Amino acid sequence: MNKAIWLGAVAALGMAAFPAQNQAMGAEIKIGFVTTLTGGGAVIGNDMRNAVELALEHINKKMGNLDVNVIYADDEVNPQKGKQATEKLVERDNVDIVAGYIWSNVLLASKDVVLDANKILISANAGPSDIAGKQCHKNFFNISWQNDQTPMALGELLNQKNVKSLYLIAPNYAAGQDMVAGVERTFKGKIVGKDMTAWPQQLDWSAELTKVKAANPDGVFTFYPGGAGPAFLTQYDQAGLTGKTPLYSVYTLDALSLPLLQKANNKGALGTFLTQMWAADMDNEPNKKFVADFKKKYGTYPSYYGAQSYDAIMMIKAAVEAVKGNLKDIDGMRKKMEAADFGSVRGPFKMGPNHFPIQNFYANEVVVDKDGTWMNANRQVVLKDHQDSYAKDCKM
Amino acid sequence: MNYALFAEQFLNGIQLGMVLFLLAAGLTLIFGIMDLVNLAHGSLYMLGAYYAATFTEMTGSFVLGLVIAVPVMILSGIVLEIVAIRTLYRRDHLDHVLATFGLILFFRELVRIFWGSAGRSIPLPDYLSGAVALPLGIDYPVYRLLIIVLGLAVALGLYLLVQRTRIGMLIRAGASNREMAGALGVNIPLLYTLIFGIGAGLAGFSGMIIAPLTAANIGMGDTVLIQALVVIVIGGIGSIRGAFVSSLLIGLIDTLGRSFLDDLMALFLPVNAAEAAGPALSSMLIYILMAAILFFRPQGLFPPKGAKA
Repeated sequence: MNKAIWLGAVAALGMAAFPAQNQAMGAEIKIGFVTTLTGGGAVIGNDMRNAVELALEHINKKMGNLDVNVIYADDEVNPQKGKQATEKLVERDNVDIVAGYIWSNVLLASKDVVLDANKILISANAGPSDIAGKQCHKNFFNISWQNDQTPMALGELLNQKNVKSLYLIAPNYAAGQDMVAGVERTFKGKIVGKDMTAWPQQLDWSAELTKVKAANPDGVFTFYPGGAGPAFLTQYDQAGLTGKTPLYSVYTLDALSLPLLQKANNKGALGTFLTQMWAADMDNEPNKKFVADFKKKYGTYPSYYGAQSYDAIMMIKAAVEAVKGNLKDIDGMRKKMEAADFGSVRGPFKMGPNHFPIQNFYANEVVVDKDGTWMNANRQVVLKDHQDSYAKDCKM
Repeated sequence: MNYALFAEQFLNGIQLGMVLFLLAAGLTLIFGIMDLVNLAHGSLYMLGAYYAATFTEMTGSFVLGLVIAVPVMILSGIVLEIVAIRTLYRRDHLDHVLATFGLILFFRELVRIFWGSAGRSIPLPDYLSGAVALPLGIDYPVYRLLIIVLGLAVALGLYLLVQRTRIGMLIRAGASNREMAGALGVNIPLLYTLIFGIGAGLAGFSGMIIAPLTAANIGMGDTVLIQALVVIVIGGIGSIRGAFVSSLLIGLIDTLGRSFLDDLMALFLPVNAAEAAGPALSSMLIYILMAAILFFRPQGLFPPKGAKA
């Protein structure tokens, strides 16, 4: 025994220890994609991963002459874990670009790991005000929206719908407070009540809904992401408020929560309005292809999380092709990303000076499509070419 | 403030109290009689909700789903007791905490494997999903009213079981003095298995009836467990009567606090400060009450007769 076995073992260890170098021989681009793959948030992360996989299929896993290798990492909805996952991608896997990020707090904890290594970072969802303003960075891009914009659009929609009195119910944490503040910033009517509920533990709104009934407002605004949304809708309906007091929401009734509501046959969701920068039925070629193939491959509508992730891959592809696969040319890639002409599923938009999109926000309505599936249908433009309020603080 | 609004919030408080009671009754039995700290009680609540979702889907009827889910839940409790819990009785409380915390993680993962991470909502039949007109011009959700009725029925059933049957006599004996009951020839292992089964059934039932409101989801047991622990500390560990009274107390304090505290505080604080302080204080109220009870009456409001405080 034993030299041969020893040698074999050493060789095997060597192979295991240096796989990155072996792979680096072929011409490829490595993209790290950080999202949530375990726990309750995994529903969102799955949708994003599905969209990325579809994008890879559409581009044949090629960007210019480079093969594409996407490495997924799990943030467990935890800033520390997200940062560790990002460090692994940047330092061990040596990826060329990092993308993903659902949660603002995870992005804020992780961003410097990528930016200090002089790599490009693309947020496919989170849009905290810090990075849009003072902490903006030349290598950071956001492909979704700044957190305030969607609720600001909703406040404007309420003005257009002639809502005079509004009741706000939202969870009492950073994003919930941002959403409420965003609506309050643009809504011109009177706010007759506001309840910020314990998050994430409170899932029973009996006391709050009773107060809504007593206040009898023209409209109710709510924001409950994830599984809390359907529960809120169910209780809203049971309290007898459906059809009496119109409900308006952001990030609550999406392609992830609507199937649950449809299964429970909760008709209270139908006919309600929300705001978003994208809808599955938007009439442009990239979107039609994306939505049709997504439905074919996975059997459901994509969510906006998926749409933004798909866009992120397409934006990277355009940038890589612009520099002819020379990944060292970060300036060249950045310039292409700033042009934002990769053919987004939301239609044309501009990239602002702080690398956040300047784009339209639309009113979407929850409807039944021709196959009987509940979905968000695109209605009118509410805010045209809207830029976030923090861009002026950004000095690159 | 008008009477109708107050009355409706009062009903909301009772309804929350009923859900807490079902959960706390099992917990207090298990802790009081078996001297077992069962942190996994919240997981049984979650499991009940998922059972209800599945059996409702299979049978197409919520009522039929419940009829199947309750015995399955009791059976699950009995199996859990035989497989895992039984080995813990001879160990101390820290081991109970560690082991049952492990069970929380186990059940969380189990549910994710079987049901996925998306959560399950349960459709209610039409006759349960509307509102019903009550006196004072209140339109109250039928289903919440049903929860109150079911809670009262279970409370009555438990009362009869504990006070009027032979099993109840053994349970009371166990609660008062375990060693003596054992010495007098009561089959303690069998009694424990039975009690754990009943406790699991109650926890599961409470999860089942809340699921149409909040949907079954993976984290649902964690926070409600803490409220249930507060309930049994206030009520007196091992006492079902105590659990009943303190559940109603907690339900009412929590609901009425959420309803009126911010308006009340706005009377003597600026509106912005009241808006921020109201929710914070109302979520603290039940813990303040618990601290006060622990200080003035550490054995709880209704400790079982003969129990050592």
